[in-house]
Amino acid sequence: MVEATGIDVHDLTKRFGDKIAVDHLTFSVTPGRVTGFLGPNGAGKSTTMRLILGLDRPQSGTATIGGRAYAQISKPLETVGALLEARSVHTGRSARNHLLYLAQTQGLPARRVDEVLDLVGLRAVARKRAGGFSLGMSQRLGIAVAMLGDPRVLLLDEPANGLDPEGIRWIRTLMQGLASEGRTVLVSSHLMSEMALTADHLIVIGRGKLIADSSTQEFIQRSSEHSVLVRTPDGDRLSELIAGAGGTVKPEEARNGSEPPADEGVASLVVTGLQAPRIGELAASSSVVLYELTPQQASLEEAFMELTADSVEYGRQETP
Amino acid sequence: MTLGLLRSEWTKIRSVQSTVWSIAAFVIVAIGFSSLVAVVINNTWNSPGNHPNHVKLLTDPTAVLFGPGLGLGQFAICVLGVIVISSEYSTGAIRASLLAVPHRIPMLAAKATVWGLLDLVVSAITVFVVFFITTTILHSHVPISLSGPGVARAVVGGILYLTVLGLFALAVGGLIRHTAGAIFTVLAVVLLLPILIGLIPGTIANHVHGYLPTVAGELVTQTSQQSGDVLSGWQGFGVFCAWTAVLLAACGWLLVKRDA
Repeated sequence: MVEATGIDVHDLTKRFGDKIAVDHLTFSVTPGRVTGFLGPNGAGKSTTMRLILGLDRPQSGTATIGGRAYAQISKPLETVGALLEARSVHTGRSARNHLLYLAQTQGLPARRVDEVLDLVGLRAVARKRAGGFSLGMSQRLGIAVAMLGDPRVLLLDEPANGLDPEGIRWIRTLMQGLASEGRTVLVSSHLMSEMALTADHLIVIGRGKLIADSSTQEFIQRSSEHSVLVRTPDGDRLSELIAGAGGTVKPEEARNGSEPPADEGVASLVVTGLQAPRIGELAASSSVVLYELTPQQASLEEAFMELTADSVEYGRQETP
Repeated sequence: MTLGLLRSEWTKIRSVQSTVWSIAAFVIVAIGFSSLVAVVINNTWNSPGNHPNHVKLLTDPTAVLFGPGLGLGQFAICVLGVIVISSEYSTGAIRASLLAVPHRIPMLAAKATVWGLLDLVVSAITVFVVFFITTTILHSHVPISLSGPGVARAVVGGILYLTVLGLFALAVGGLIRHTAGAIFTVLAVVLLLPILIGLIPGTIANHVHGYLPTVAGELVTQTSQQSGDVLSGWQGFGVFCAWTAVLLAACGWLLVKRDA
């Protein structure tokens, strides 16, 4: 069992020239679950991670791990493991020597190097120059570096980058396993679908600002516009009833290039502001026939697009 | 700076090809070129005319023995000194390094120590080999031994000069962080600047010239004070060390200050 250590980011701000990369960002990452760090490209995910890791200096605010700034942690690789987005290996050095020199800075035995090489499946190419590695192999080496000190906290920037489907499943299982052991896992991605499968909790940022901080489930529910698809031969009558009850009716638009059904005399309506049971009751009370009554839910991908479409306009949302 | 950090920097420096090639280039050029010049002097010793090398061999023998080989070979030391740190930036390995040593200064200290010691050992072996080969070749004409006036100091001075030169290049590499830019800068300071300032007439320019890092540093490799030298051998070496210390301090300050 590993000691619980969280990540706390408080009012963090980083500017590059006049461009603001991270804008008064505040969030916490708790141990024992995989926290997805989401945002479109350029949202400030990598910069935030670099600030947490002490590679970049913030203009203001703090980022701490277990209450301490990264630089205050003695033997940091034994507390925090990080996979950075950009390559951070000398191309002329072998994978083994890269891991070995990092292990030596922490006083870790060379045996540990072989252990992590086995863990990521790079034993066979350990003595080959890292410059010749494919993107997938480089990612595995990066994960080996992150795991070197058997850390309690892991920050992984786009770990699935360049991995094949089997590799993606491997990293997902690895992250979930590490979280279940009580470790803190913060993993950034711009792939919603991958996060839906991996993360228990989501922190979403856009243009350096916090957009959402909630469980994955809540995020999908809250951010997707709940609507109900209704098909009826008596569209005008039903529209009146729904409007009277406070709902909004729109004709169904062509979605993803398919449909809408062109049945003569059947109206396809998208209702917002009313739940499906209420619509059914309204229809029944006035003897309106319904052919279809389907609650619609946006996918995580749609929810994300919707939320980050204009991150400034959406501003900040707090989990109640 | 711990033993672990020193071992780590040793692993870094020994595990890349550029180290092997640069050191090989230094050793081969230094020994080869100095030996070649000694052979040519030996073969033309009895040719007519008062060869300038003859006079020089009597007044400042190490300049003739070391000058060609070490003068050319030193550029390999400059290149390796730069690469030792700049390659970390060009490949991104610096991020991995600084995540492991977030205080940063201990990493720079360990790197300078390991590279300085490697440079010292390689230079000591090379300088002694050059001295032994060239004096053996010229022995029948000019007997030069370590017990001669100023010779031992010049030999030790040559070793120390090459060691500090490596650290000077390291500091420039860490300040500029870009391999090509840093190598150009070091070569400009070692090669071009002394020539350009030497072209300016007057005593002020002469003093500025005398205090240039490598102009001052090279004085310690001479057996005797030459006319026009602004500083004595050890003074010059002190000036060279001061330049290097200032640049290393600036390198450390910026390493901590700048985003990695």
